[in-house]
Amino acid sequence: MDFQLSEDQKALQAGIRSFCESRMPKGKLAEIEHKNGFDAGLWAELAEMDVFGLRLPESDGGVGLGNADAVIVFAELGRRLLAGPLVWTHLAAGLIKGAASGEVVVGGLDLMGPESGPLLVEHLDQLDALLILRPQGVYRVDPRSLSGRPIAAPLDPFTPLHHVERLPEGELVLGPAEAERLRLEGAALVSGQLLGIAESTLELAAAYAKERHQFGRAIGSFQAIKHMLADMFVRQEVARAAVYAAGATLDDPGVGDVVRAVSTAKIMAGEGAMKNARSCIQIHGGMGFTWEIPAHFYMKRTWVLESVFGTIEEHADRCAELVERSL
Amino acid sequence: MDLRYSESDEKFRTELHAWLEAAVPAHGEPPAGNDWYERRDYDTAWQRKLYDAGYAGINWPKEYGGRDASLTEQLVYYEEIARSGAPYIGVNFVGMLHGGPTLMTEGTVEQKARHLPYILKGEQVWCQGFSEPGAGSDLASISTRAERDGDHYLVTGSKIWCSFAQLADYGELLVRTDPLVPKHKGISWLILPMDAPGIEIRPLRTLAGEGEFSEVFLDHVPVPVENRVGKENDGWRVTNVTLRFERGTAFASEMVQLQQFVAELVALAKKVTRYDARAWDDVALRRALGHVAAELDALWAMVKLSVCESTKTGVPGLGGSAIKLYYTELYQRVSELGMRVLGRANLSREDVAGLPNEMVLGKELNSISLAIAAGTSQIQRNIIAERILGMPKEPR
Repeated sequence: MDFQLSEDQKALQAGIRSFCESRMPKGKLAEIEHKNGFDAGLWAELAEMDVFGLRLPESDGGVGLGNADAVIVFAELGRRLLAGPLVWTHLAAGLIKGAASGEVVVGGLDLMGPESGPLLVEHLDQLDALLILRPQGVYRVDPRSLSGRPIAAPLDPFTPLHHVERLPEGELVLGPAEAERLRLEGAALVSGQLLGIAESTLELAAAYAKERHQFGRAIGSFQAIKHMLADMFVRQEVARAAVYAAGATLDDPGVGDVVRAVSTAKIMAGEGAMKNARSCIQIHGGMGFTWEIPAHFYMKRTWVLESVFGTIEEHADRCAELVERSL
Repeated sequence: MDLRYSESDEKFRTELHAWLEAAVPAHGEPPAGNDWYERRDYDTAWQRKLYDAGYAGINWPKEYGGRDASLTEQLVYYEEIARSGAPYIGVNFVGMLHGGPTLMTEGTVEQKARHLPYILKGEQVWCQGFSEPGAGSDLASISTRAERDGDHYLVTGSKIWCSFAQLADYGELLVRTDPLVPKHKGISWLILPMDAPGIEIRPLRTLAGEGEFSEVFLDHVPVPVENRVGKENDGWRVTNVTLRFERGTAFASEMVQLQQFVAELVALAKKVTRYDARAWDDVALRRALGHVAAELDALWAMVKLSVCESTKTGVPGLGGSAIKLYYTELYQRVSELGMRVLGRANLSREDVAGLPNEMVLGKELNSISLAIAAGTSQIQRNIIAERILGMPKEPR
């Protein structure tokens, strides 16, 4: 057992981190916001960085890495709030021609959860293909065949939505077991993004606590703030362990229960992101309630990510079921 | 990033598992109630069996008779110990986890020879004399005085929260040797022979009733100068060596036990009724149990991550504070859930109508101490905020 980042993984992490930092510097968010969250140039660069073809075998033009590597990469994408149907296009690599190279933008809808609310499709205007996960299998739909009403005010300004009334059945491209697998992998990748949010919100809050002075002292010297930050750190570390474990277990199912590991990751990273984003806003005080301070973008993105591949409640129910089955 | 135990780890597991399968039932049930001397016999006899089988001091270096197991073998050890229901480390946890490791790094050759082999064989039991009525979180403000008198110190003061003091042979004792310098600079670390004259031990009644804790009163107790560990007035640094061990993987077996406890609660929830149905049919309760099961898995992954990362440095890192904080608060949520599953039956501390009250209430009452002992949760948060996140210090 060597449950930590390998040297290669550290290099992968550093590479994608410096890429994200250079392409999404402070202030870039406002620009992307006006492009509805999608930047075609950035998309092409992400493809060149092999973000989409990361797990595709080398013989198919990919990098041949595993889920553990992918969650590390997606944590970095989450850290800098990179937008677009990143997870779906990554999942589609090898399944839809052109997804890995970035030429075909693939979105998706997960209809395997217990919820049957309105059908809200993300990034519809950008999509060249749409995957639908149903208990019966994975279906492919031509996004141009969908008629949907654009949502004028999406919660996350970087995640535009269409309300689609009717969904065609589409073409069955993979069976039910593959749908289940894609959903697990999707949940692990989204957990990676959520981990990135838990990390960056702590980073933002800690930096602000050191620089903001009240009562003649840095607010980070007050225990009330310190203890919030400490709890944020713990949530970040628990989420990190759970997300890495999900990646490692997907790659080597012999080391544990894959479903339980992925559910644990989605729960811990989801809670870590949500609570850390809220604490980040709170530590910023009045400034945290402004549009200018990006803390709110993290909270809004967290709601987007919480809603896909199973909510905290669904995954907790699943863990309960798994404990019962193990009795 | 690899979670797979190596072949040699699994071989170690197979051997240990086979040994435990025979040894645990043969050792019998622990003595009931509060007969602490029987408890000492039970625990130290088990320690001796571990020693004879080569499993004592799993993390102790070979030169002190330990197994010097790799960190992943230690994880295997804690998993197997918990799953087999083997006796808890018991009355000598201070000797095995704190006193012994401190002597290894800070003790003289003579001190090591006089204590380490006997601790390991279960022949020498240690207790801790750190906290005082006036010095808890602010441990460095201790006021127990040690005055030099020839080749002895004469120690006067009082200590509290001393586990198993009434049956210990030695105590690790923090004393003030220089009251005139800043508080961290006038402390020394002594080995206190518990049979020295002038020691009075009074059992402390905790919220759990009778228990393992005592107060220890010291009145001109003579302690040989050769029992000092480290230099005079350098005791604070020596103490921090011990505290670091305390925040390492000390809780690993209990974490695995807690996972088993959640499974037992699921079984219990299927047995007891609510609204004419099984408690297990209550979605909120089921979801809460699933949630803590996930949290415990995440905690165990966090321990593995921390263990693998610390293989490089060799010492448990500051991340131990995060593990301790998360573990103790999670433990409290789990034990509260246990109380809720029991329902009104939880008013009885003894088993009633076939329900496992003693176990559930034992967990609930014990859980309260975890967030206080070995650095309160609030102190852990200060450590994380100041030493890891670099926040400015409180005025102290």
